[in-house]
Amino acid sequence: MTNDFKVIDEQFEAGRNAINSYVIGFVLSIALTLIPYVMVVNHMLSVQTAVVSVVGIALAQLLVQVIFFLHLSRKSKPEWNLIVFIYTILMVVFLVIGSIWIMNNLKYNMNMADASPLNSNEGYIPQ
Amino acid sequence: MTTEILHHSEDAHELHHNKEAKALFGFWVYIMSDILLFGSLFAVYAVLHNNTFGGPSAKDLFSMPFVLIETLILLTSSFTYGLASVYARHHDRKDMVVFWMMVTMFLGVAFVTMEISEFAKLFSEGHSWQASGFLSSFFTLVGTHGVHVTLGLVWMGGLLAQVLKYGLTQTTVGKISTLGLFWHFLDIVWIFIFTFVYLMGAL
Repeated sequence: MTNDFKVIDEQFEAGRNAINSYVIGFVLSIALTLIPYVMVVNHMLSVQTAVVSVVGIALAQLLVQVIFFLHLSRKSKPEWNLIVFIYTILMVVFLVIGSIWIMNNLKYNMNMADASPLNSNEGYIPQ
Repeated sequence: MTTEILHHSEDAHELHHNKEAKALFGFWVYIMSDILLFGSLFAVYAVLHNNTFGGPSAKDLFSMPFVLIETLILLTSSFTYGLASVYARHHDRKDMVVFWMMVTMFLGVAFVTMEISEFAKLFSEGHSWQASGFLSSFFTLVGTHGVHVTLGLVWMGGLLAQVLKYGLTQTTVGKISTLGLFWHFLDIVWIFIFTFVYLMGAL
């Protein structure tokens, strides 16, 4: 009987911890939403500083939500969840940075082509 | 004999638990593929967001207070869903689960409604997805997120009906955890839309 109560107590304790985790996550994520909003709307920083801090805060927000809402850190065992997650993030970073890099490069080279008479289409007669 | 039965039922319990853990992991892998989808759309937006074709840019189009309210609504819905899942997993309180799921659905519907009204406003002012590369990528990125939220709401409605009908069984609690992954994931995607599309667009 006492054992049963102990089980229920433990369940309740775990539940309270889980609620605490959600409350902390919620408060932090609200703060991490309002801070960059106020910074941007009131133009408190120069554009370059603002971009860096807004992206930094978004990454902090990602961390907060992954830890307090998705509880990724608490999953023990072989940690497959965490491994595939990190791999996916890595892929997305390659994809996004790679796209921006390549497309900017392309734009730069296309502008060069416009300027150079060698590469222009002037006088080009389609066969 | 008794111990054997006990042993057997414990095995069954563990088997069920394993099955659920596997299903949850499988769903997690699906979410990873969804991250790649959104990653691609973010890359497209990053490349095209300056191609306004002489039309208005992000700075001219978006109302920041409106977007802030949208963001806070979605954040709160993620929190209220978290409460529902805690009451399902730890307290076995069906009434609280139903209540918090309904609050979540209400907030979700409010979010989708706000998004549709924003889209309708842009569209009626002539800033449709056909106007420029910037607007095409904007509507694709934000619209894909909106479709996900809408599907999540349909799913939540179905799950709510199941909870009401069958109560908090091992199966329904497992499903509540799975939908939780999806809902929190959509919140995270929105944080990046908020940051990269709206905040950086307003700079």
